[in-house]
Amino acid sequence: MKFGVVVFPGSNCDHDAYHVIKHVLGARVEYIWHKETTLRMFDVIILPGGFSYGDYLRAGAVARFAPVMNAIVQFSRHGGMVLGICNGFQILLEAGLLPGALIPNNHMRFRCQNVYIKVLDNTSPFTREYQTAQVLRMPIAHYSGNYYADADTLKSLEDNGQIAFQYCEPDGTVSENANPNGSLLNIAGIFNPARNVLGMMPHPERAAEKILGSNDGLGIFKSLVDHA
Amino acid sequence: MWRAIIIVKYKEGILDPEAKTIHHALGTLGYHVVTDLTTGKYFEVEIDGSLSRAEAEKVVQEISSKILSNPVVQRFTYELTEDKA
Repeated sequence: MKFGVVVFPGSNCDHDAYHVIKHVLGARVEYIWHKETTLRMFDVIILPGGFSYGDYLRAGAVARFAPVMNAIVQFSRHGGMVLGICNGFQILLEAGLLPGALIPNNHMRFRCQNVYIKVLDNTSPFTREYQTAQVLRMPIAHYSGNYYADADTLKSLEDNGQIAFQYCEPDGTVSENANPNGSLLNIAGIFNPARNVLGMMPHPERAAEKILGSNDGLGIFKSLVDHA
Repeated sequence: MWRAIIIVKYKEGILDPEAKTIHHALGTLGYHVVTDLTTGKYFEVEIDGSLSRAEAEKVVQEISSKILSNPVVQRFTYELTEDKA
């Protein structure tokens, strides 16, 4: 079982993810430089949070053309697990590995706060450590986290069980009030149809140790280890 | 040399909070005559003059749809002119 954490110019949550995998989980992990063109012997690739290429043009728009992305597309097509967190989610959408887009928050403010998210289904390789409908607490820190997709895409996400997490109240109620950025259907994270790719705006790697206030995010990494 | 001016904007119906904020600020300044406002991104692109108009146009369309805009939420318009100077 080996994780790879991709490092783009401007990534800033790469070390957090590496730390959690190596020191909290005790699993094998390596950094992957964005100029790599081949991926060897990885089970899970993580696209970390940050501001790849300064968020120029659109968040994730330039990273999507980094040399490593071709290899990641191939890796995911062969069933490899890919987790995109925050900027990583934006990159997965720009790359077309997940449907829809993330546009600027509806209130035009950068949001850095803890949120509650609901696990919609615990049968995916990313969520098997959780219970269905379990509420998790973890931080968000983003300006462009407002999930948009057209009505047909939203319906297919719902019908295929591709919505991974929804922003909710502490008791699990999915409400407008609990939505920090204007995302349609309160979407905080989605899977691809094969469920080997997950993109999410909240940061599980920043909520993986009790001493940091919450370890609700650790389950995602643990689920992946168990899956392998 | 070909010169393309490309403008990328949100599609109709997609919330443009930046435009909303600017429009609101204009109202605060007393410009109530401004009834609507949208924002966009502007690009000036120079393209090799040895290409035909059709070839240059193809380049503009490709870069606009592949990179400069995200077709899920945005659309683009462009003007292509030949610069003989």
